[in-house]
Order: sequence, then structure tokens, then C-alpha cells
Amino acid sequence: MNTIEKSTETAEAPSVPPAPDRLKDVVRRLLGTRRVIVGLAMLALLTVLAFVGPLISGWEVGRRDFSAMLEGPSFEHWMGTNRTGQDIFTQSTAGLQKSLLIGLLVALISTGVAALVGAFAGYFGKMTDKALMWVADLALVLPNFVILAILSEHFIGQGGWLVLVILLAAFSWMVTSKMVRGLTISLREREYIHAARFMGVPPHRIILRHILPNMSSLLIADATIMVSTAIIGETALSYFGLGVQPPDISLGMVIAAGSSFATTAPWMFVFPTVLLVLMVLAVNMIGDGLRDALDPHSTSRRS
Amino acid sequence: MGKFLARRLLNHVVLIFLATSFAYLLAATNLHPRDYFEQMQPPPAPEAVNAQLDTLNLNDETPLAQRYATWITGVVQGDFGKTIQGREVADQMWMKAGVTLRLITVATLLGGAVGIAVGAYAAVRQYRRFDKAATAASFFVLSVPTVVIAIVVQVLAVAINDGLGFQLLRYSGEYSAGFDGTWWQFLGNRIHHALLPTTVLAVALFAAFARYQRNMMLDVLGADFVRTAMAKGLTRRKALFKHALRTALIPTITYFTFTFGALVSGATFTEKIYGWHGMGAWLIDSIFRNDVHVVAAVSWFMAITIMAASFLSDVLYAWLDPRVRV
Amino acid sequence: MSTDIIETTEVASDECAGEAPVLEVTDLTVTFPGRNGGPDVHAVRGVSYAVRRGEVLGIVGESGSGKSVSSMAAMGLLPDHAEVTGSVRLHGEEILGLDDRAMARKRGKVISMVFQDPLSGLTPVYTVGDQLAEAVLTHEPRTSRAQARARAVALLDLVGIPNAEQRYRSFPHEFSGGMRQRVMIAMAMANDPDVIICDEPTTALDVTIQAQILDLLRTARRETGAAIVMITHDLGVVAGFVDRVLVMYAGRPVETGGVDDIYYRSRMPYTMGLLGAVPRMDLDDQGALVPIEGTPPSLSNPPPGCPFAPRCPLVRPECEQTEPELLEIGDRPPGEEVRARSASASGARAPGADAAPQRVACLRSGEIAAQGWTAQDIYPVPDIPETSFSHTRRQDRREVLRVTDLVKHHALTRGAVFKRRVGTVYAVDGVDFDIREGETLALVGESGCGKSSTLMEIMGLERPQRGSVTVMGKDSSTLSRSDRFRLRREMQIVFQDPMSALDPRMTVFDIIAEPLRTHGRSPAETTRRVYELIALVGLDIEHATRFPAEFSGGQRQRIGIARALALEPRLLVLDEPVSALDVSIQAGVVNLLRELQARLGPAYLFVAHDLSVVRHIADRVAVMYLGRIVEIGDTRSVYSRPAHPYTQALLSAIPLPDPEKERARTHIVLEGDLPSPANPPSGCRFRTRCQKFLTLAETDRERCVSVEPRILAVNGEDQGAACHFAKRWGTD
Repeated sequence: MNTIEKSTETAEAPSVPPAPDRLKDVVRRLLGTRRVIVGLAMLALLTVLAFVGPLISGWEVGRRDFSAMLEGPSFEHWMGTNRTGQDIFTQSTAGLQKSLLIGLLVALISTGVAALVGAFAGYFGKMTDKALMWVADLALVLPNFVILAILSEHFIGQGGWLVLVILLAAFSWMVTSKMVRGLTISLREREYIHAARFMGVPPHRIILRHILPNMSSLLIADATIMVSTAIIGETALSYFGLGVQPPDISLGMVIAAGSSFATTAPWMFVFPTVLLVLMVLAVNMIGDGLRDALDPHSTSRRS
Repeated sequence: MGKFLARRLLNHVVLIFLATSFAYLLAATNLHPRDYFEQMQPPPAPEAVNAQLDTLNLNDETPLAQRYATWITGVVQGDFGKTIQGREVADQMWMKAGVTLRLITVATLLGGAVGIAVGAYAAVRQYRRFDKAATAASFFVLSVPTVVIAIVVQVLAVAINDGLGFQLLRYSGEYSAGFDGTWWQFLGNRIHHALLPTTVLAVALFAAFARYQRNMMLDVLGADFVRTAMAKGLTRRKALFKHALRTALIPTITYFTFTFGALVSGATFTEKIYGWHGMGAWLIDSIFRNDVHVVAAVSWFMAITIMAASFLSDVLYAWLDPRVRV
Repeated sequence: MSTDIIETTEVASDECAGEAPVLEVTDLTVTFPGRNGGPDVHAVRGVSYAVRRGEVLGIVGESGSGKSVSSMAAMGLLPDHAEVTGSVRLHGEEILGLDDRAMARKRGKVISMVFQDPLSGLTPVYTVGDQLAEAVLTHEPRTSRAQARARAVALLDLVGIPNAEQRYRSFPHEFSGGMRQRVMIAMAMANDPDVIICDEPTTALDVTIQAQILDLLRTARRETGAAIVMITHDLGVVAGFVDRVLVMYAGRPVETGGVDDIYYRSRMPYTMGLLGAVPRMDLDDQGALVPIEGTPPSLSNPPPGCPFAPRCPLVRPECEQTEPELLEIGDRPPGEEVRARSASASGARAPGADAAPQRVACLRSGEIAAQGWTAQDIYPVPDIPETSFSHTRRQDRREVLRVTDLVKHHALTRGAVFKRRVGTVYAVDGVDFDIREGETLALVGESGCGKSSTLMEIMGLERPQRGSVTVMGKDSSTLSRSDRFRLRREMQIVFQDPMSALDPRMTVFDIIAEPLRTHGRSPAETTRRVYELIALVGLDIEHATRFPAEFSGGQRQRIGIARALALEPRLLVLDEPVSALDVSIQAGVVNLLRELQARLGPAYLFVAHDLSVVRHIADRVAVMYLGRIVEIGDTRSVYSRPAHPYTQALLSAIPLPDPEKERARTHIVLEGDLPSPANPPSGCRFRTRCQKFLTLAETDRERCVSVEPRILAVNGEDQGAACHFAKRWGTD
């Protein structure tokens, strides 16, 4: 079936031009929301900072300046140094980079899992539904914080932070998947789904072609929120030294190191914290704007 | 009804059992109690370490299944094993659980009530100044991790105390050590200490509830039944308060379940940062001490609270919504 | 009906004909400012009307005509951001612009409203009794709780809720739609208002329930002596109920006058088209319906001229320049004046209509009056060819579908949180029928009768719980997976709701191509066939790349039909295909369906609740009640000589869009609601509501209670009814 499908699309291409009207409409509405514009601009700036910052600061990540320990912002060290003489600006921007990557990856994986589990549970119902939702319930009950903390020793070393990503994702798909399931159950009774079924379209194709695309807006918005949730989660773990492990560096680690000096050497705490809050804020603004722009429900609310 | 509640409860019990077992097995395989003893100064003899580990049922040379069997038999009888220092886990647990539960309950009530009120009012005043301010505030709070809020509040408290020259705000411990006084004074002292951590936890909760309640309220603002209420002669304000808010509360109750997990981990930071000896702080400490039994016990406690919250919200939901009653 | 509480305090309507109007709306406009830079929406653009005590005014219009918004504006129920201008006078007092508190004192006391959707109209978390008592308490705060409660119980009793005392404590979800609408009416009557605005009060209800509610509204008018403003899209509902009619189009009144003037001497092409588009249950051979091409104009950017001009068959260049005023026919250009006057004077006036002469917003109204044009004269009506099967006798044609003793029971569950099974719903409980090539069988019945479940069972092609489904001679229970897949080509479905029947994320091309691709047609063939189908259902080729959201309901339904026809099925299942459409659009789709059947010859299984449409399209009809067929047969026979009491009641309950006939008819109004399909009555399922049951002798009743009737032939032709005494009714 799939091969036919593909060849069809190429063959019809000349006679059927793409119709991007809906996409254009969404983009127009998105750009009409100030929140999204500000969020996008902030995120773009932060991304640039995360990737360019460590290169232009003049200090390498992790390098210690023994001549300047626990010193305030200066021409040499723009945002000061910590107790061991590491440059706060370099450490923070490098940490930002890692936090951003973690956030994006976790969001991608967990939303993907949530969409598939939720859609299959909702569409097939009965035992499939019961089994999948039971797994989700179990994952909700499992003290995720405890498990992440216990397994933190595995985050050490090359690529160790990827283990953290997978674990964070493993504990963040459940709520979304329940939502997807609920939506699927209501979509399943939609007449176009019935129509596809009565046409003989197999279930997995119905899910992939009709059900998931119709909640894509919601999934995108949710994934965005998930980015910020993951970043916050990582920060929290790192605060106790249970998140990203050295020599990798994350924003959470920099903040954790700075927190005990918050009163005596505020630069150690303030700069990374401001970066973190700005990033989460930017992502949340985009996600929230996306939800408003893509959710037909919220637009009807406006009129 | 009772039968169905019972079945639900049974399912919860099974989930709790599995979650706790899973946590125990993970802890038993990934934590190394042996290190705890070997790092002691002076280093004890290997035989002594082994003996100690055996009495605590923590010896990694004993097969995992056997250790698990011993542990679970105890748990079923209410014995959660011993801490790595050899004290009864169960005894300490009830005390620490009380601390955490006090913090969580008060913060939930406070944050939930204020959040719902603010969110509902913001929805009614949609796009007006109050709505914009409330939305911006809750949005900002949601973007700041609880850890950061906790630290910043603490820093501010220090600054205020320094500025005033006396301890207006307490930011460490549950009560003043060695405090002496009447029962009432003691209570006052505790409240004084609880002020900041509870507020920190409540603030985060407030933001989540305000946003959610606002959305739920907006959904029912245009509902036909609000229009009906106005058509029979209620003013807009009264129709909204009596008919819209009451209906919009229902989904918020279910939302409570979802926020509860975050609340428990939020409580962990708050306890740790404000020096409260609750479950969260205990957990962090015991992970570093490789204390398997405490980790398993805290997992059990967390699973129980999450299930209890979910059960409670089910019951509340059924109570609030006549459509699911019967 | 009990009247101990609400005394008939007011005198009958005709005595106060000369009074000042109770409600007077003058030049009302409502504009919703566009958000986020969107254009403003001019929902109402100058509406004026007045009603006196005891008078009934009908406001008729299709969706988006501004009929509901104008009444909401009068009640002060529009959201704050709506801009309302003009004047609304209640007993001569200006109420537009009053603050919410002052307005709240009027609402429910002097002017009250019954809304369309009883499902969402009541607050789900309070009991119906408390909500009713609240209406009393709000206006008479000194009333004690017990008094308010007693009054609420009396009101519930008055509107015909059985066991009012106990039902006081019921929650809205425990009531059926009809019962909820009764509660809404009770609420509107609670404080003896002077004006009751009814906004589509029966639209969401079944036809037998609609008859009950209309009866109740008549009672309400009698009891309170209030003026009633009846807003509806259904020309049948108003015909027998109102004194005057106001027809709205695109936010403006386009014609107003006495009910007979509008129905028999309409001078506005839109009204004429609307009346011609309604399928008539009372006419044997109506011919093709009058379709009004196109769609109503956008309210955010209305054209400068007459809003109906783009769709009008009589359009002239001057129509598109300025919007015509609503004027008496005589006030039009002098040349036509004389003729117009003589024309309107010749007809008999409806009683009490003298105060309100007929007024029309059309430049050519005088001409229409003079020429005596009807809808058929001015609208191009398509010719529908005969089917190729019409000369073959029914028994000689091939069987396309046979359903034998089909049963579908499903679990009845309670509770969302603590879900559990509490019983069995006998949704379909032994249904037999067959469909032959090229014919249309209509499955009719009210909601909950099992017609949709029957249809889903047939389309599912699974082994039924009992009985069998045979499509093209193949029994569904013996099918292998690939057989079933192949058989799906022979049967396709068109759904009711054109909004949800098409995947909003797919282009029209992809939607129509989906069945072709699924069944492995080559790309070249798919493309060719899709364009062929698009042309077949009367859409443009450019539409292929658009998304469903860009189309109107009628166009979307055409896309759905094209998709269903893609594989050239021999059986097309139509699930209420026109019930979500406006009348003027519905006519076009009905005509298309008839034309397609004649040209391509598929058999139709047409599921509907609207018996007028069924009469127009079906060859045979099967009437369902509580999971069973109670009467089946040739459409003409069933409609002219219904043998089952339920069919008789059903046909009698449908209001005709013909004021004189409607006034002369007596409706059979059935008692109560449909019993729960989880607990059907023993013996004959209809006996609990049967109007004939009460007239039977005790021994005959015994038979109805204990023996379930089977379908037996009646009237000698192709007709059968499941009633023990069908023959007796036939001879009445």
C-alpha cells in the first residue's frame, strides 16, 4: 500500500499544486501575537549566546584562572569568576547550550512517545487501552525524582547526559499521552474517521494520517511547554548534584554552585539564573502563543 | 459505589506495591552501602563490614532476590528495615512524613484557593488590566524553577533581616532549636518558621492554578447556561459567580492530581533549602549515604501521596459533578 | 394541565389588539468589532418590529441571518464588546443602554427567553427545581424558600413534567431534551412576563416532542397572555403558530407581513425561494425542489446593493447599487403602484394583520405581485431524469442489501470516574429489510430509535450479534479480511455533519482520492477520476487544492458525496445527509442526490428524521421505534395510509409550511418521551405512548402488553405494520 501511496504523490504533483493557505494563516496569526515574536526573538538571541558565548569570552570551558578567584565582573571576566577561578560567562553560556539541547531532546522524545501511546490506546480501546494506560499510571506513581537520583551515577562520562535525557523523557510523557488518548477517543467518533474506516483504510494508517495530524497543533504546543519543563527539571536535579555530571556542564550546575554564594558573591548566582529564567520564559511564551494560534477553540473564545 | 471505590483502591494498592518494589530494586542495585562503611575512618575490617551489612540486610553479596524477599516481608508487616546507621526507618518516617505533609497541605490550600480566585476573576475581566497583570505574574512565576524562587526568597529574607537588624523572617529550620515556652508560643514559633517555605511552595502552585482556572472559566463564560441564568434575571456578576464558577471548578479538581507530583518534588527543594527535616531532604541525604531502605521507604511514601491525591480528586470530582455521581 | 398557580389573569388577545406594543424594536443594529485586526462583523443591520399583548411574531431566517443576535440584543445578553445601536422599548420605556442591574430586573420578569439548545441551557451542577426556584427568588427576594419551591413544583407540573415533586430534585442530565425544554419554558413563564422570546425552541428536538413543545407554548401564551416572538428557520413551525412573519436575510428584514400574505403572496424572491425549497410532506408529487444557488454574503463585508442580489434569479443592475428599503408594495415606483395595490387587496387578510401591512425590500416586488410569479416561475428548477430501473418490477431487481433479524446490544455504563455497567441498551433489536438495485429505502425514526446503530452495524461488515447482513449476496459473517476489504468498494457512506465528515487537514483532492488510493488505483487513474467526480457533484476544478474549512456546508456535503461515489459503489448509505443544512442549500443537495441516482443507479439507504425530505426522495420507507421497524412499505402508501399508530402520530406531528392547512389540522400529540432503549416496554414497544391503546378494550390491551407484534402486510400493497390492530386503524 505504501509504495502505491508514494508513487501517487509524485505522479499527481504537476496537476495538484500545494495549497499552503492554512499554514500561511497560522503563521500570520502567530506573527500577529506579540508574545510569540518576543519569545522567538529572545530564544534566538539566547541560542546565539549559547553557541557563540563560549567561543568569544576568551576563556575555555572549565579552565581556571588562578589569578582571579571569586572575583566580581571585570574587563577580563565579564561576569566574574567562581571560587575555583572559572569564568562565569563561559560556564553559563556553555551550560545554557547543554540545557537547551536537553530540553529540545526531551521534548522531542516524550512528545513522540506520548502521541503514539495515547493515539493507539485511544483508537483501539479495550485491552490495548487498559494495558497502555496502566503503564502510564505506573509511570506516574513511580517516584521519578528518586529514580533519577538513584541512577545519577550513570550520567557520568561521555554521552552520559543522553542517559539523563532518556530518563527525563521516560517520566514526562504520561500526562500528554492521557490527553492525546482523550482527544483520540473523541476524534475516533468523528465522521471522517468512520469514513476512512468504512473505506477500508487500515487502523495504523488512520492513526498516522488522520488522527495525529489533526492534533499536531496541540502536540507542537505541548512539546514547547515540555522543553521548559525539562530544563527546569534538569536544573532541579543539578542543584543537588544529581543531574548532568562533570566534565559536562549545565546551567543547573552553575546555578547550584552559585546559590551558596548568592549573598556574598551575587554575580555567581544572578547571571546564570537570569539566563535560565529568560530561556524558560521565551519558550513558554512561544508555546503559549502557539497554543492560542493553533487551537481553534481558543480563537472562537476571542470572537 | 462502594464496590467501585474498592476496586479503584485495589488498583492503587497494586500500583503502589509495584512502584515501591521497583524503587527498592533500583536502589539495591545502584546504591552501594558497602562504600558507606568502607569510607569510615578508621576503615573497619572487611568481616566487620560484611557482618554489619548482613544485619542491615544490605549485603551485596547476598542474592538480590533474597534481600528483596526479606525486605518485602518486613514491609508487609509495617517494618521498613533499618537505616544505614541502624535505626528503625519506620519510626523516623512518620515524623518526617508529618513535616512534609504539613508543608504540602497548607501550601496546596493556600496556593489553590488564591490561584482559583485570581484565575476566575481574571477570566471575568478578560483583556482588562487585572487579567493582564495576573496572567503576566503567573506566567513569570511558572517560568522560574522552584529552586530559584526558594533561593531568591531566602536571599531577600537575609537582606530584610540585615536591614532591620532583627530576625523578622525565619528562613532556616522548622522551629528554633532549644526553644522554650508554652504550647502556644511554640506554635507561634513554628508558624513563624513555616511562613517562608510555605509561601514559596504556594506561589508556584498559585501560578499553575490561576492559569488553569482562567482557561476553564473562559470556557464556561460563554456557556448557554450562564446566558440562561442571566435571562431569568440574574446580573452578570451573580450568574458568573453562582453558575459559571461552580461549574468551572470541576475540571480544576482533576488538574490537582497532575500538579501533585510536581508539588512533592517542589517540597523536596523547599525542605532542603530551608533546612526542614522532611521526606524530601531525607531522601537527598540518604542517596548520598547509599541508604537503600530509606530511599525505598520515601518512594513508598511518595507513591502513596500521589495515589491518595488522585483518589481524593476522584472523590471530590464525583462530589462536585452530579453527572458522574450515582 | 394544572393551572392552580398561574391564573389566566389577562384577557384574550383580540381584545387588546389596539393597545400600544409591549415590545418595540426600532432600527436595531449589532456590530461585533473584529479582533486582531479582523474586519467588523455587522450581524444585524437595521431591524424594526413591534409586538402587542397576545400577539405572535415569527422571525424567520437561515443561519447567520441575525435573527438570534437581534433578540439577544433586545434582552441585553450580548457580550460587552458588541456595539448595539437603535432603540428597544419595553412598554414604551427605552431599555437599550440600561446598566446590567436595571436590565436584570426586567429580564425574566417583563421579558423572558427560551433558548434553542436545552442540552447546554441548564447549569449541570444544580437541580432543575433549584434553578427554577431561583427564577422566582431573583425577582421576589422576599419569597420564602418553601414558597419558591412550591411555585417551582407547580410550574414543573404546569409544563407537563410528571411527578413534579420528585423531579424537582433531578439534575439536568437526568432529563431528556424535551423535558429540559419544558423546564426552560417554565423558567420563562415563572414571573408572568409580558414578552417571551423563543429562539428556535424546537430545533434540537424530535418531531413528536416538537409537537408537544409547540402545544405547550400555545398554553404558555394562553396562560400568561404574553406577546411571543418566535425565532426559527423552520417555515413549518411558524405557519400554524404566528400572526405575523418577519423574514430576515444577511442581518436585515427583507419581507414582513401577515402570515398568509407571506406564505401565499410573497413578493420577495428570497422568501419565495425559501418556500419553494422546503420539501412538502403533504404533496404527492412535488417535482424537484427549488434550489437557491450560492451562499449568503459575508457579514463583515456586505455588498453595497441588495444582499440577496448575487443569488437572485431576478437580479437587475440597479439591485447591486443600493440596498432596497423595506417598503409597502404600494410605495414602490408609481407605475406599478396601482397593480400592486389591486393584487394585495384581492387576497383575504389574516385576522389582526391590518395593523401590519406587507412590506418588502425588493425593487421588483411590484412586478412580482403584478405578474403573480411563484418560485417555480423565477428559479431554474432542474429536470430529474427517471432511473433506468423504474420500468423493472421491484421483485425482478437484484438485491443489494438484505438485513435479517439484526441485533445490536451494547452495555449501558454509568459514571465517568467510576465507570461501570448498569444494564444493556437494546439499540437494534431484530430489524429486517432489503434494498434492491436503484431504489431508495429511507430508515426514519426519532433520535434513539436505533437507526444510526443499524447503519453502523451494516457498514462495519462484522458478524452481527444476531441475524445477518448480506451485501451483494455476500453474508458479512462469512467474509475473510480481504473479502471484506473488497466488498467495501460496493458500499460507501455520506455523513450528516459536513463539518466533521471531512478531514480538515486534507485538501479536497486528497479527500476524494483517499478511497481510490486505498483500493490501489493507479495515480493517473486517481487524478482523472477525482476531477471527474469534482465536476460530477457540481464543484469547480480549482476547488481541488483547497481545504474543507473554505467551503460552505452544502459544498462540503458535495465533497462527501464525491468521495462516497469514487469507487462507484452499488449501495450508498446516507446518514442524515441534509439535516445539518439550511433549507435553501438542502434543496440543491437533495436534487443532486436524486439526479446522481438516476444517472449512476446506486441504491440508497437513506437514514433521516425529517419525514418531509424522506417523502421527497425515498421509494420505500421503514419507520423505526425503539430498535425495531414498526412499519415498512412503499412511500406513497405509507404516507397516504399509515397503518401503525406511531407512523400516524409522526406524520401528524410535522407542521406544514402552509398556514391554512396547518390551522385546519389537528395534531396527534403523543404523551411523554421515548422510553429508555435499555428498558423497553413488554409486548408492543409503542403501547406506553400509543394514542390508540387507550381506546382499546381491556382484552385487546392485554394482547398489546404481552405479545410483541410482528410485521404483517396491510392495505394489500407493498406495506406492512407491526401492530396487532393495524387493520382496524386502516378502516377508520
